[in-house]
Amino acid sequence: MLTTEIVVIGGGPAGMNSALAAASQGAEVTLLDRNWELGGQLVKQTHKFFGSENQFAGERGIDIAEILSERVHDNSRITVRKNSSVLGIYHDGVLTFEQDDKYKKLTSRQTVVATGAAEKFLSFTNNDLPGVYGAGAVQTLMNQQGVLPGKNVLIIGAGNIGLIVAYQLLQAGVSVEAIIEALPEIGGYEVHRDKIKRMGVPILTSHSIKKAYGEERVEGAIIGEIDSSWSFIDGTKKDFKADVICLAVGLSPLIDLLHPLGLEISYVPNLGGLAPKRDEYLETTISGYFVAGDCAGVEEASSAMMEGNIAGLSAANSIGYKKSFQEKFRNNRDELRKLREGETAKEVRAGLGEVRL
Amino acid sequence: MRINNHPILDQKKEEEEEITFTFEGKELKGFKGETVAAALIANGVRVFRRSTKDNRPRGLFCAIGNCSSCLMKVDGESNVRTCMKRLEEGMEVQRQEGEGEI
Repeated sequence: MLTTEIVVIGGGPAGMNSALAAASQGAEVTLLDRNWELGGQLVKQTHKFFGSENQFAGERGIDIAEILSERVHDNSRITVRKNSSVLGIYHDGVLTFEQDDKYKKLTSRQTVVATGAAEKFLSFTNNDLPGVYGAGAVQTLMNQQGVLPGKNVLIIGAGNIGLIVAYQLLQAGVSVEAIIEALPEIGGYEVHRDKIKRMGVPILTSHSIKKAYGEERVEGAIIGEIDSSWSFIDGTKKDFKADVICLAVGLSPLIDLLHPLGLEISYVPNLGGLAPKRDEYLETTISGYFVAGDCAGVEEASSAMMEGNIAGLSAANSIGYKKSFQEKFRNNRDELRKLREGETAKEVRAGLGEVRL
Repeated sequence: MRINNHPILDQKKEEEEEITFTFEGKELKGFKGETVAAALIANGVRVFRRSTKDNRPRGLFCAIGNCSSCLMKVDGESNVRTCMKRLEEGMEVQRQEGEGEI
């Protein structure tokens, strides 16, 4: 049986910051991640980030991943275990995981869950055909693996992810046939939208996908205009030839590991789905279990980093590492509030109101 | 199909070690350390397995180890997440039929 003071599950922006924050207070931390490198989804984000200096504004995600990962590896209080998929969390503080094909057990005094989010799926005919990819998969293939997902892509969803992926596909030399969006308006920021429009990609609002077609793999899609009750309007059918259909229809928090503990969760569409209830220190209704980042409610990497700090500091504080805790906590909380100001974060603020204890 | 010129990412593939693996017994080229899924997509392979119930073709979907769409048989072992498994010289990759052999 392995032991640690604080275990952090997930080595993305939230998890890495949790580990760093807890270690900076003096705690011994074990960071588990199922990938062979740390960074979570930052490793495929080639665009520059917003926010302030504390969230590396102006830097590209791929570079932020490297900076944070180096800090984690250089920290002697943090034990990093990569290639480690957590299998279960038990009430007695024991956690089981598989590392490089070996089954292992770990006990900890505090747990921070920073498992991120999963791609949402969409219902349409033949949605299981090879060539229907999540937006994250398209990014992984291109930006992490250097492989083109296909030749011509139809993107479903004109939120920020859909728009950013469209731009990244164009950068890699792939043709983007169109972006379709079920809502009457484009959800993503103007800065992303305008780039795409300038490059000549049509964005069709109030449109949805009816079916994908193809022999053994995607060869095209039938789309159509929808009315206010989300029904297809007769005579608006369009046929797009494409070998990839990229779904950018949102993410939902990944909290499967926490469910068996019986914590309180709520269905909050504004946060992407089922989200855990938590107090301002990000502790869930099960004492000693904290959440941070997208698994606590889908937002952005910048807020995930701030939540990571808070969860790490709070977990350390609970076991006696109290060095200037209140001051550090308030600084991070205020920073997080600043990130969530403004019109674009309105829905997130409403969603958070539903899960705050 | 691989990306050879990119405005932001350095394509370091030239420095990486090109290796040989097999897919359904056929020799293919890939790069050491990339994922099995990426190597297959680069070689034009889209169908990774057949679904359990209706025998439908399935390929990559999430690419980060969440879903089970890309499960294949690698070196005789079924249910390997090929989006997480890194390619090695001589690896034998096969399409998985249904639940695979456990």
